Amino acid sequence: MTTIDYCERIPNNVDLASDRKLQRALESWQPKFLEWWQEMGPALPTQDVYLRTAVDVGREGWAHFGHVALPEYRWGIFLSERDPNRKIAFGDHKGEDAWQQVPGEHRADLQRLIVIQGDTEPASVEQQRRLGMTAPSLYDLRNLFQVNVEEGRHLWAMVYLLHAYFGRNGREEAEQLLLRNSGSEDAPRILGAFNEETPDWLSFFMFTYFTDRDGKYQLGTLKESAFDPLSRTCEFMLKEEAHHMMVGTTGVDRVVTRTVELMKEHDTEDIASRGGVPLDVLQKYMNFHYSVSLDLFGGDASTNVANYYTAGLKGRWLEERRTDDHRLRDAFSTIPFIEADGTLIEKELPALTALNVDLRNEYIGDCSNGVKRWNAILADAGIDTTFSLPHVGFNRAVGTFSGHRITPDGKVVDQATWDAQVTDYLPTADDKKHVESLMQPVYEPGKIASWVAPPKTGINGQPFNYEYVHLA
Amino acid sequence: MSDTATPPPVVSFDASPDSYRHLALKFDGPIATIELRTAEDGGLVPGYELKLNSYDLGVDIELHDAIQRLRFEHPEVRTVVVTGGLDKVFCAGANIRMLAQSGHPWKVNFCKFTNETRNGIEDATENSGQTYIAAVNGTAAGGGYELALACEEILLIDDGSSAVSLPEVPLLAVLPGTGGLTRVVDKRKVRKDRADVFATKSEGFRGQTAVDWKLVDASIPRSRFAEAVHERALELAERSHRPADARGIALTPLHREVTADGLEYQHVSVKIDRDAGQVDITVRGPVDAPPADVAAIHAQGADFYPMAVSRELDDAILRLRTNELEAGTWVIRAGGDAAKVLAYSDLVRANGDDWYVNEIGQFYKRVLKRLDVTSRSLIALVEPGSCFAGPLLELLLACDRQYMLDGTFTDAEDADSQTAPTLIVTEVNFGAFPMSNGLTRLQSRFYGDDEALAAVGAEKGNLIDASAAEELGLITYALDDIDWEDDVRIALEERASMSPDALTGMEANHRFVGPETMESKIFARLTAWQNWIFIRPNAVGPEGALRKYGTGQKAVFDRKRV
Ligand SMILES: [Fe+2]
Ligand SMILES: [Fe+2]
Repeated sequence: MTTIDYCERIPNNVDLASDRKLQRALESWQPKFLEWWQEMGPALPTQDVYLRTAVDVGREGWAHFGHVALPEYRWGIFLSERDPNRKIAFGDHKGEDAWQQVPGEHRADLQRLIVIQGDTEPASVEQQRRLGMTAPSLYDLRNLFQVNVEEGRHLWAMVYLLHAYFGRNGREEAEQLLLRNSGSEDAPRILGAFNEETPDWLSFFMFTYFTDRDGKYQLGTLKESAFDPLSRTCEFMLKEEAHHMMVGTTGVDRVVTRTVELMKEHDTEDIASRGGVPLDVLQKYMNFHYSVSLDLFGGDASTNVANYYTAGLKGRWLEERRTDDHRLRDAFSTIPFIEADGTLIEKELPALTALNVDLRNEYIGDCSNGVKRWNAILADAGIDTTFSLPHVGFNRAVGTFSGHRITPDGKVVDQATWDAQVTDYLPTADDKKHVESLMQPVYEPGKIASWVAPPKTGINGQPFNYEYVHLA
Repeated sequence: MSDTATPPPVVSFDASPDSYRHLALKFDGPIATIELRTAEDGGLVPGYELKLNSYDLGVDIELHDAIQRLRFEHPEVRTVVVTGGLDKVFCAGANIRMLAQSGHPWKVNFCKFTNETRNGIEDATENSGQTYIAAVNGTAAGGGYELALACEEILLIDDGSSAVSLPEVPLLAVLPGTGGLTRVVDKRKVRKDRADVFATKSEGFRGQTAVDWKLVDASIPRSRFAEAVHERALELAERSHRPADARGIALTPLHREVTADGLEYQHVSVKIDRDAGQVDITVRGPVDAPPADVAAIHAQGADFYPMAVSRELDDAILRLRTNELEAGTWVIRAGGDAAKVLAYSDLVRANGDDWYVNEIGQFYKRVLKRLDVTSRSLIALVEPGSCFAGPLLELLLACDRQYMLDGTFTDAEDADSQTAPTLIVTEVNFGAFPMSNGLTRLQSRFYGDDEALAAVGAEKGNLIDASAAEELGLITYALDDIDWEDDVRIALEERASMSPDALTGMEANHRFVGPETMESKIFARLTAWQNWIFIRPNAVGPEGALRKYGTGQKAVFDRKRV
């Protein structure tokens, strides 16, 4: 075994320095990760980037800023502090001590949950690898790279769990996480939504707002897990995830702000020719990203998720704030459902099998906050158009609504009607082409592309015109 | 059928002729007679009477003991006559009320043991020069006829009433599951349509028809029966190679300490973890150097290591199988000095023509077969200080999975654990201990892959370390000390969480690849069907035939063919 200074190269709070098992696993994994990063990570060559690095879990340690060459970023392994008295909060094992080891009985399910989560993390890096070429500003470029390195760190976090707790099998799964690639014909990423390239920056903002938010909610359920190391890992990841979401929220804010500016400046809604993204195109982008993100919550009725809950593997969002019995054996939930004949109904299901919808509802509530925010920008500017989230059944490919055509305002229509109106609902080829035409890189400090407003504040107290990235 | 009724007793498999209740053993020169006369009030469990020479597990434990003792304690015995000690009754088979009141696991375990005992009868005939003949001096029904079927020849008394029959299907809605259906066609070569008639005709056949249909070898008038049996027994004795002048080996009582959660023998330790559903079995290699020669082996008697360890392991398997139903995973280790294991093995091989040494080999073979048909997950762990070599390697090969430590544990303290474990394959792994399918465990393991088998053969006598063992396919996983603890723990916990029934079925399917023999068919096809029927309402439901038997009421069948 080589004597790498693990603590220096891999900041951690898992006592890596004296854990032979982890050292051995990482020794073979780390070079493969770096290879993957070179090949599948950001395509734009850079010297260094002004990045936040977590070197500890405490308030002091988790946000260290400095210019770093990307491949030398110190991907660390952090779990939230352990609560030695933590009890399982739900399911059959409610009230028992949280598990510090993987119970053999649940190995397969836990491993599957971790692998699926782990698979999404590097996938988004792959999806976004070419975005650097068209960054609207150095500030945005830096944010992209920050999200990318942290998604890389989230991969590390899942790999840590596989290495530390799943033995030989876990090491093999960890390697597979690098061998599958977004959009690859032979070995695609597990979830469909992670195999589409993020084509432009508007999509990137939408992705970080809507799709990363799905990740946040999935992590939230794993944070409740009876398997304590998974719980603590996810808790720490959620901190970073909140920042990714801010990139999305403020990103869309700034696009809306710029659109409003252009509308006022030119006194027209048709600002496409003025270098902006029109309001209706923004709404269509929201429709698209919101609806494909809803698909990530899985089937409306799921026995898998019921089993996970009962076994204690995966809880509900903010499980401990719920006031029911946390077992749900006799509880029922009502979920939106569509009959074969196309009638929208409310259907009663055992609460356990409706947990995907429970989580989706939490997510929907959260998403609507963004819409309120963007509408406030419109209102402040005296524009009486408003954005809205489409109906939950709109443009769905997974679950009860798939196979039906439902308009954003919740009308079930036939295919012909849909085909005639879909250009009003989802970005058209022309819309995308226009957005693409706006994607001209701006690498000069303090400058920004035409279609987006500058941020109100910079990163870590630095001004907007700070040289966040040194290109190679 | 209530599995919840009175819990089954803790069963001991100890028996000895001076305390037999159901058998008499008689000796006459080269002929021994096992006379069955079951004590009606001698049931192992209350609730039934052993009428008409019907048997239960207690009777079969005595029968098993008698067969073992005849092989080891009586080298002079060349023919064993099995006969009934009651008037006009040979044996009425398994006691119906006992079956009716027993839970499913009890029935299954009982049948397995009786099957093993009957196979042991055939094994003695084939491999010990002790030929069994059935002197059917009265009615032989069901399991009674099946007992006769296990004998080399069946001589039926012709008294106008005594018949052989298999009434299970027509009367009890179950199968003649102790080899009956299989042996009628496979061993006695009864034509299948006649077998069909026979097995559905509750009164069976007697006299010349029974002979013509090959159900028995001879039908002999009552007046000449005893004499004819004796003559035939003497004729068969002539064929045997057993020594006339040898002294038997006394099967002295086993030294066994039974604790709340274990069994401790001289060479075998058993630890039961009922919470985890796991049993840890450690077989220890010999401590002393082997005796100098065959005379010294005889002088050691039943204490001779290969014999002693076989007896202890056999006893442990039987007790665990019957008494620890919920300990579903057996973790098997072998600890000790592999060189000594091989020294004993070499001595045994060099003296294979000695009758006692031969018996030991045959016995160990049967113990391994018991392991093969044990409905538990068998996991071998190969750790430092282990001695899976030659004969003991068979234990590892009998397991469903093998985990071997690659290297040593870093926190190892004593010298033993500072040496990486190795396996040793020897000649004995290539034929001395065949499985019931007629293959060696290595042949079974590498079925259809002669190259792999040859590669193992090329390593005879060599120390095979974990990575080589993994390469050769002798183990499932070589794990280094970093992975060992977690991987083994997770594997065992994961196993324990799965359905015991599905595991039993899966394991039985994987263990016996390739060809079938009569023996393997009895354990696979016949037993599997029987065990299915044993849980079907037509047999065991409130209206089923076992429940209604003897009540004067007729069973009500669900007529659907499944
Ligand atoms: Fe993430
Ligand atoms: Fe994220």
